[in-house]
Amino acid sequence: MVTVEDTRVIYVKNVNFYYGGFRALTDITMDFEQNRVTALIGPSGCGKSTLLRLLNRMNDLIDGTRVEGEVIFEGNNIYDAKVDPVDIRRRIGMVFQKPNPFPKSIYNNITYGPRLAGLNNRIDLEALVERSLRQAVLWDEVKDILNQSAMMLSGGQQQRLCIARALAMKPDVLLMDEPTSALDPISTAKIEELIQDLKKLYTIIIVTHNMQQAARISDMTGFFYIGKLIEFNATEKIFTKPDHKQTEDYITGRFG
Amino acid sequence: MAIPSTMRWRYFKEGLFFALVRLSALVITVSLGGLLLYIFLNGFRTVNWAFLTLPPTDSMTKGGIMPAILGTFYLTLGAIAVALPLGIMSAIYLTEYAKQGPIVRIIRIGVNCLAGVPSIVFGLFGLGLFVVFLQFGSCILSGALTLGILILPTIIGASEEALKGVPQTFREASLALGVSKWQTIYRIVLPNALPGILTGSILGIGRAAGETAPIMFTAAAFYTAKLPSSILDEVMALPFHIYVLATAGTHIEETRPIQYGTVLVLVGLVLGVDLIAIFIRSFIRKRKRW
Repeated sequence: MVTVEDTRVIYVKNVNFYYGGFRALTDITMDFEQNRVTALIGPSGCGKSTLLRLLNRMNDLIDGTRVEGEVIFEGNNIYDAKVDPVDIRRRIGMVFQKPNPFPKSIYNNITYGPRLAGLNNRIDLEALVERSLRQAVLWDEVKDILNQSAMMLSGGQQQRLCIARALAMKPDVLLMDEPTSALDPISTAKIEELIQDLKKLYTIIIVTHNMQQAARISDMTGFFYIGKLIEFNATEKIFTKPDHKQTEDYITGRFG
Repeated sequence: MAIPSTMRWRYFKEGLFFALVRLSALVITVSLGGLLLYIFLNGFRTVNWAFLTLPPTDSMTKGGIMPAILGTFYLTLGAIAVALPLGIMSAIYLTEYAKQGPIVRIIRIGVNCLAGVPSIVFGLFGLGLFVVFLQFGSCILSGALTLGILILPTIIGASEEALKGVPQTFREASLALGVSKWQTIYRIVLPNALPGILTGSILGIGRAAGETAPIMFTAAAFYTAKLPSSILDEVMALPFHIYVLATAGTHIEETRPIQYGTVLVLVGLVLGVDLIAIFIRSFIRKRKRW
């Protein structure tokens, strides 16, 4: 085992997930370690996005879904009846496939979450905006136009703004659902670089369709196929000497 | 190069079809234009400042229609005050909260049926419930409630469309930040849906202002000497005034100019309100960036 028990921030134990009668995930057990980037790869419909959205209870929003098993975050099962999903989502941030800034100013995009969580001091908010934008490497580009609409930014800038917006909540874990699939190569490179910096502070779990991306940025890679975790190992091993033939077939482009 | 005969036949069919489409558009435009022109030509001589600001005199054969304008204003305002909050909240329930399933489908069918109910039925319903059973009597309150129910489907429909028009990604983005569902609706969904809701509601205003049947038994007076002092007073109203002058008065021929004048004012008001809605909508569409 590569995993060291103490360093895992969040882990999934024997999870099954159903959309109505359809089983989308079968018996998934996975550890996500602190300050690591874990990539989830696999062909479309394999369940990797479903697993990602399971980690901050975004699947709750879909009618008729059901979870079996446990998702343990800081020692507690987030699917326990006592747990408020709103609280979980404050601690586990998410960045989506398509940049989705609010039709508000850049400043208000960042402060929206923290304000509703109770932060109201203007000086603190301003500091938070700068810190978050710097972390997302967007500060230099937008520091003079903070009051302009976020909709004016380019796609790549919008996505970095969405990352900054998630970071403003000071989460422990950052979930990224194909964050670069709607972006051009230059923006993609910027975000990949950013992810490398962010892992010093956060635990990152990223779903990607881009195998090179997974190989470039992740420490651990999980390969999914038809709702099952086929192989979960150090990225280097997955991409050089995978244990399973299915994994090898997928990463070498024989199917997918 | 000669065009083959099969192609010529196709061009002919195409030309015929386009002509038909153009003709339909023309028929509608001409009939609407003709109607408006007819009303204008017959009414514009009557409408002046005094007509708009004075009460009727001499058994309603002379004087103005100010009490009716005011009455219609009160009734419409009341109807909006009733229907807007109720309609928006229903729409929020239907689109944001309710589990999509048979119950929601039944509610939606109910709302659509409500939209198809003849307006006289609303009038009788208002008479039965508000005027008689709840003993409000024939007054602004009863009329506004009745008109409110009448325009409820319009407002629910417009609000639902507007709410559905707010991208799902906005909701996800907000919820993923650990913002509660209600705050997401209140802070993100509603502000972005509001322009659409208001435009739809303004169209509802036009409907409420123009209806006669719902207010006949619930609010409208044949003639009132004084202006209403509370919402429990009867009022005169534009559509009912037209109906009365044209059918029930003792001087029907004498009051023709007043009838046309009143029609012109009513049509002007309703079209004006609709135009405002159309302007607001086009303004918002231009500003929208998602």
